[in-house]
Amino acid sequence: MSEHNEIDRVSGRSTTGHEWDGIKELNTPLPRWWVLTFYATIIWAIGYWVVYPAWPLVSGYTTGLFQYSTRASVATDLADLEKLRGEKMAVLGNASLADIEKDPALLALARARGKTVFADNCAPCHGSGGAGAKGYPNLNDDDWLWGGSLDQIMQTIQFGARSGHAKTHEGQMLAFGRDGVLKKDEIVTVANYVRSLSGLSTAPKFDATAGKKLFTENCTSCHGDNGKGNPELGAPNLTDQIWLYGSDEEALVETITNGRAGVMPAWVGRLDPVTVKALAVYVHSLGGGK
Amino acid sequence: MNKPVPPDELMTDEDGPLYAPRKKVYPQSVSGRFRSIKWRLMAVCLGVYYLLPFVRWHRGLGAPDQAVLIDFPNRRFYFFFIELWPQEIYYFTGLLVLAALALFLMNALGGRIWCGYLCPQTVWTDLFYAVERLVEGDRRAQIKADAGPMTAKRAGRRALKHAIWLMIAWWTGGAWVLYFADAPTLVRDLATFQAPAIAYVWIAMLTASTYLLAGYMREQVCVYMCPWPRIQAALTDEWALNVTYKYDRGEPRCSVKKAFDIRSLGEKAGDCIDCNQCVAVCPTGIDIRDGAQLGCIQCGLCIDACDAVMTKVSRKTGLIGYDNDINVQRRVAGKQEIFKPVRARTVVYAGLITVVCAVMLYALMSRTLLDVNVLHDRNPIAVRLSDGAIRNGYTLRFLNKRGFDRVIAIDVDGPADAKLHVIGADSVTPDRPMIVLARDTTTELRVLVTAPLDERAEKSVPVTFRVTDIGLGEVASATDHFVLP
Ligand code: SF4
Ligand code: SF4
Repeated sequence: MSEHNEIDRVSGRSTTGHEWDGIKELNTPLPRWWVLTFYATIIWAIGYWVVYPAWPLVSGYTTGLFQYSTRASVATDLADLEKLRGEKMAVLGNASLADIEKDPALLALARARGKTVFADNCAPCHGSGGAGAKGYPNLNDDDWLWGGSLDQIMQTIQFGARSGHAKTHEGQMLAFGRDGVLKKDEIVTVANYVRSLSGLSTAPKFDATAGKKLFTENCTSCHGDNGKGNPELGAPNLTDQIWLYGSDEEALVETITNGRAGVMPAWVGRLDPVTVKALAVYVHSLGGGK
Repeated sequence: MNKPVPPDELMTDEDGPLYAPRKKVYPQSVSGRFRSIKWRLMAVCLGVYYLLPFVRWHRGLGAPDQAVLIDFPNRRFYFFFIELWPQEIYYFTGLLVLAALALFLMNALGGRIWCGYLCPQTVWTDLFYAVERLVEGDRRAQIKADAGPMTAKRAGRRALKHAIWLMIAWWTGGAWVLYFADAPTLVRDLATFQAPAIAYVWIAMLTASTYLLAGYMREQVCVYMCPWPRIQAALTDEWALNVTYKYDRGEPRCSVKKAFDIRSLGEKAGDCIDCNQCVAVCPTGIDIRDGAQLGCIQCGLCIDACDAVMTKVSRKTGLIGYDNDINVQRRVAGKQEIFKPVRARTVVYAGLITVVCAVMLYALMSRTLLDVNVLHDRNPIAVRLSDGAIRNGYTLRFLNKRGFDRVIAIDVDGPADAKLHVIGADSVTPDRPMIVLARDTTTELRVLVTAPLDERAEKSVPVTFRVTDIGLGEVASATDHFVLP
């Protein structure tokens, strides 16, 4: 540094030798408190290395004096949150489903809770907004295989459909083709008849009388005389516009030939009762509930 | 005017020390025009700060009656008749813009007026200096005492000074937290140790920072820490008035007697008698006669000091005053001094201030107290019902900014024959759902709009939700789209 010990004549100080546009930088000493503060931060930083996890090593890292771990503290926070949530949700546990729907505050609480639980557990099948997909019912419409009242929805969530749980919904769509009950052309006829029930177009050579006869013999025991379905058996309404597996002839032939038996798992035991309640209220409020 | 350092005072040490201890400043007490302005401004600033939380403002039952309150838990800001919600945070942006513009205007007119008179650092430091002088005596007494040994009497005074400082600092921190909760209640809770821990933490932090900054850091905050001196240097221009030593009048400095002799010979002598009073009173310990400099906070105290000296030696006052280099040059050239407070820069700042004020005032006057927002369901965007009708789901958020509950009706204008279903509606008169909006809250509801399918209809038609306050007739609406699958 000694090669630039030029002295500024005004201040009497040496300059650093740096110069910008003719303005020279004075070599002014730093204030002592500033320097001390700077050293203090360095010492603080070293303390930090010792106390907290800091340095990556080849197969690990320095863990620090107190084994502090963000992962562990997140786990604690989550546990605390669960506890707090349990306390908040307790009011839902004490209220009946109907009461919850009537009280705006409870409804908002149940919907908020239901929404997150739905996203975690139900969205993989029913979609994040409950819109469903082929084979997975849309929960926003007004067509319900197993009934759309609050209680019915709650029951379906609890025990599922064909889930193996003792109280689960049972009911099978028989495999009329595979089991040899109906022949190929008969199945096509029934499929066209079913389409006609909801006002859809039918094949040109379709024999309506034969279709009705085959339907009455094979299908009415579950779907009812007029094809309106039966929620007790999970038999869908065949006269409306909503088709779980599709409404074209090919899809219907497939359904009648091989049968359908979609499975909904039972959630009792996996979700606590209050959560199930909140979920039922949420699903009901999606728009489809009756 | 900077004068060159005599050769024997030049630093011989090559690079100088790396760091240096602070030279303690002992500002002498002074009285005069600017000092009394400073006293008054201090009284106003501190008065507002300490007492404002106790001012009451009646807002009706259940609402806080504190005139100025930042209510974090409920996310409200109350300022006399104004109540702001979090989404109205832009008013604060407006206030910050205003503050910046006001600072620019002050700067263009009179340099660092803010620094010298209004900055909290200045106000509290000034107060702390006053306490120090009251307890330990004026400049001379302090310097003498610091040079002498520590006696019991001196130690006692020291202790008293720090006790008073700490009390002021503590009260400063205490007043701060009062802006965040009902002041009288909080005072009681604080005294009985019932207040939330965060209140004590804030009081402790502000006590410590006030004590340290005003008691110890003092001018060092202005010189080393504060960015404003650097910024304002870029904002100022040659017309701005700054505290200036009028060297055209002061130089050459000489004693009264010598000046008298020189003048009697018919030659020009400077008015400055080199009494150093202006340096003695300066709270940042600088010599204004060296010219405009970073350390000067433009407090004007040196003006008061020099005016007193000038009066004593029967010369015209104003050897130091608010002035600029242009006038120094003009006086040297024998021309009239001119002052130009109205110039492009100040007009633009003042104009901008007016515009921002007007915009904020307009926004404040025309803000709605009933509002509705709509959010369309994204997934599914539309649902086909069993009878073929189409349904769209929306989330409506209502804002009731009034201090009382109100009943509102919800109507929908959308596709032909659209039906509205509100989930959780409090009462349903035929086809007109009504709900109660609790006072000063937002309410979120899910609504479904169902319309029969019309194959010829557009894929998307606008749908408007109208909410009407049944009692007051206030109306708000929000528009979105009704979509076909
Ligand atoms: S030089 Fe004068 S105006 Fe500047 S800080 Fe010192 S006393 Fe105040
Ligand atoms: S107070 Fe006035 S006369 Fe005395 S040294 Fe300062 S400028 Fe000169």
